[in-house]
Amino acid sequence: MAEEVKLFGTWASPFSRRIEVALKLKGVQFEYIEENLSNKSPALLEYNPVHKKIPVLVHNGKPVAESLVILEYIDETWKHNPILPTDPYEKAIARFWAKYIDDKLWPAATKVLVSKGEEQKGVTEEIQEQLKTLESELKGKKFFGGESLGFVDIAANIIVFLLVAQEALGLMEILTEEQFPVLHEWYQRLVDDAVFKECVPPRERHLGFFKVRFGSSTASK
Amino acid sequence: MASAAMQEEQVKLLGFWFSPFVRRVEWALKFKGIEYEYVEEDLTNKSSLLLTSNPVHKTVPVLLHNGNPIVESLVIIEYIDENWKQNPILPQDPHERAKARFWANFIEQKITEAARTALLTQGEQQEKVVKELKEAMEVLEGEAAAKLNDKTLFFGGKNGLGYVDIVLGWICNWAEVIEEVGGFKVLDPQKQPHIHKWMANFVEEPLIKPTLLPKEKMVVYFQMVRQAYLGLAAKK
Repeated sequence: MAEEVKLFGTWASPFSRRIEVALKLKGVQFEYIEENLSNKSPALLEYNPVHKKIPVLVHNGKPVAESLVILEYIDETWKHNPILPTDPYEKAIARFWAKYIDDKLWPAATKVLVSKGEEQKGVTEEIQEQLKTLESELKGKKFFGGESLGFVDIAANIIVFLLVAQEALGLMEILTEEQFPVLHEWYQRLVDDAVFKECVPPRERHLGFFKVRFGSSTASK
Repeated sequence: MASAAMQEEQVKLLGFWFSPFVRRVEWALKFKGIEYEYVEEDLTNKSSLLLTSNPVHKTVPVLLHNGNPIVESLVIIEYIDENWKQNPILPQDPHERAKARFWANFIEQKITEAARTALLTQGEQQEKVVKELKEAMEVLEGEAAAKLNDKTLFFGGKNGLGYVDIVLGWICNWAEVIEEVGGFKVLDPQKQPHIHKWMANFVEEPLIKPTLLPKEKMVVYFQMVRQAYLGLAAKK
């Protein structure tokens, strides 16, 4: 059965990396196309005319856009190694937290990189409140998904990216072991996971990316 | 009709009369023929049930199914669709489902959120978001033009109403109100003929029609909301 799976993404995008994790968890072979966002390919513009953004998954010629939508598509199309719970209620809870991460944590994370002084301090506190909320959801589980990493863990890769950015820019420490012991342990498990760690941007290059992109506009503590 | 489960299904919806997010959930429940108890919340004096059911956001709608809370209107609608299999709201095919979810997200981020901001802002800030709203409506009109015709009245296609219709439906009752209160205009039958045709069909649907609220009452309420919000903004 010839399956053609293509992923249009960028190496530094957490949204793009989410899809890589999901495809690899399912053992789906795919062709990866690195996009240059300042010179988008005609293919990308054709496959995502509405937003013109990555990631876009193209399965046998049919495009799917929006990272959480793509994750659900992947889970429904390749049914082994499920990413989402099967129980509708558990699924609803997973969707709630993924949405929380994208609606609250992501905007705050991007804001903290471009704000300065008091405003930056305020946003950092906001992020820490959100992390506390997320931590309470972990409730002694190995992963948000339970025994193995799932939908919410994949969505929470934002945290991994935020920590690299924090280090690159010398920002106030957002996620310390003292303040977030449970989340910290989860984080260690996540980055040690065999599949997840294959999909993390190369460290030095990633640090450099943040320094170049946001370096001059931030104030350190 | 409602689930054939042996036990009594207890479905409760915590809502607020003027909330478009609550109305969507009601449409989904009615579409499936699910019996539910509706509880009107006083948002200035939230019940302990609301606060314990939705501790993160403390908002309506909250669906309580046999005591288990589900929150966020789009999450609730998907839950309803997966838990009660009759009258499917989302398509069966994964790619069609992905498209429906894509458009639901588009509507939420580019239209619903923008409309809310336009309601609560003025001057340059409002102008900027109204411009974005117009652009988003143009994109949606394109999709409507591609999908809808004399035989296909709704985004749900052959099955009639579907996920995208239920998610977008709020504009039929709320958009004009928000425009009047906010003092701007985005809806334009000339520029959005397909959306307007869709709106005319949507409000005539038997399950939708009885749920529509009188415009005058809504204007009074949202005027109060806008003034309170602008008053707070001025104080900052």
